[in-house]
Amino acid sequence: MVPAIQVEHVVKRYGHVQALAGLSLDIAPGEFFGLLGPNGAGKTTLISILAGLSIATSGRVRVMGFDVASQYQEARRALGVVPQELVFDPFFTVRETLAFQSGYFGIRDNRGWIDELLHHLDLSEKAETNMRQLSGGMKRRVLVAQALVHKPPVIVLDEPTAGVDVELRHALWQFIRGLNQNGHTIVLTTHYLEEAEALCGRIAMLKQGEIVANDTTQNLLKRISGCCVKLKLVPHALPAALRPLLAQESEAGFRLALRHYEEVEHVMAALREAGAKVQEMEVQPPDLEDVFVKIMRSEGVNE
Amino acid sequence: MTGFYTLFYKEWLRFWKVSVQTVLAPVLTALLFLLVFGHTLRNTLEPYPGVGYAAFLVPGLAMMSVLQNSFANSGSSLMQSKMTGNIVFVLLPPLSHREFFFAYLLAAVARGLICGAGVLVFTVWFVELRFAHPLWILIFAGLGSCIMGVLGIIAGIQSEKIDQLSAFQNFIILPLTFLSGVFYSVHSLPPFWQGLSHLNPFFYMVDGFRYGFFGVGDVSPWVSATIVAACLLALSLLTLWLIKIGYKLRH
Repeated sequence: MVPAIQVEHVVKRYGHVQALAGLSLDIAPGEFFGLLGPNGAGKTTLISILAGLSIATSGRVRVMGFDVASQYQEARRALGVVPQELVFDPFFTVRETLAFQSGYFGIRDNRGWIDELLHHLDLSEKAETNMRQLSGGMKRRVLVAQALVHKPPVIVLDEPTAGVDVELRHALWQFIRGLNQNGHTIVLTTHYLEEAEALCGRIAMLKQGEIVANDTTQNLLKRISGCCVKLKLVPHALPAALRPLLAQESEAGFRLALRHYEEVEHVMAALREAGAKVQEMEVQPPDLEDVFVKIMRSEGVNE
Repeated sequence: MTGFYTLFYKEWLRFWKVSVQTVLAPVLTALLFLLVFGHTLRNTLEPYPGVGYAAFLVPGLAMMSVLQNSFANSGSSLMQSKMTGNIVFVLLPPLSHREFFFAYLLAAVARGLICGAGVLVFTVWFVELRFAHPLWILIFAGLGSCIMGVLGIIAGIQSEKIDQLSAFQNFIILPLTFLSGVFYSVHSLPPFWQGLSHLNPFFYMVDGFRYGFFGVGDVSPWVSATIVAACLLALSLLTLWLIKIGYKLRH
């Protein structure tokens, strides 16, 4: 079977900066794939090369078997991209924007599908509104609609829920899940690890232009055994004996990483000994964030 | 073809929706020039025998409007799209470099010709004009607007910010237009400046255009047309290549 996306030894340099260091990756048709990594890891660069917005220094990229450079027209027809930036053309209405986008893909009369998209994305009432007058969340939804006007088999979303409120985030998740269930291959980059965990079947983690992990979401979660304890203490001071376990500290409290559930006992003992008053306490199973932190700290590239 | 047509139509709507600013304003500017210069200089100059200064000035102003507005259309559209980032909407689809080029060019030509026609439509009532060779008028208006549309594409691709585009406009386009014989016949200049004017490609556009009205010019319209067409061809090939390799459009 032809992979939906095939990336072979792709290198991208901007002057002396190497954004992608010989990256290879296959994504099968129908997958819901997550690309994770800190800022500057190369996620957006990879997507730009996929979309033809950037040109790789070396290596090959194919979308549904079509080379993005030599067969760019077929490759672009197979791909829908939702860009990260909230871009729009202030001269036009929502409907005009979508009709133009259809035309660029060679579709003359796309009214039926555009109406359907507007309906699914809850934009029907805004169809004749100028893009300038839309809220950020609505502009985001128009961007999603624009990426889908030509019904592409592969859809790439570059941080689609950045700066989006909870309600819209969940609506978008549901919409994207529906697309995936209808057979579309989805590639998602995100900063929200819970988002990747909830949606993606497989996840690749990028660090400094290289893939440091590429596995199913379940396998990645298995890599971490143990659990997490969230504590809120009065006063806000962690007993010295617990310092080595500290994973994260914020105003909301402390987050301790434990190797086994049995260690909870040790935590309780230390708290009692120090006479600390526990206001809130929660024991959680590991989540993707722990995997992410662990992988980003340890594996792969040297700092 | 649908891709080309859609992009052209989008570019057309982009200026037509704000035509007060993109068509009416430049026509008004040209009329003011005519009012001021045409009036103050009406008895002092007779550029060609039997042709009054105001009549001489009108084709020059019309051509200036054609040139400046063709340039402004493709230049500002591309620059704005790059600045706001919505250029991705035309970079993501499978549009070829030719479709991209001709769509921006044709819209620029359309705006240039509409502005030029606007100047003529409003002045023909005040100034007695001749239309000696209408075909030359059309040929030079077409060639001129094409060249400027192409230059606008180059400037728009090249510019990252508004001030870069306006530098292009103020330091290259405006001096070359003003020194091309819009307001005077280059024959009235000292020999050195006359020679220099002949190096300015804009001079041939204005002179050839004016020939179409009065049947007289500083050089033969055939010479002008050849020079202008050659410039257009060279610039077009360069621009098509720039778009093809994605110069300053695709990283």
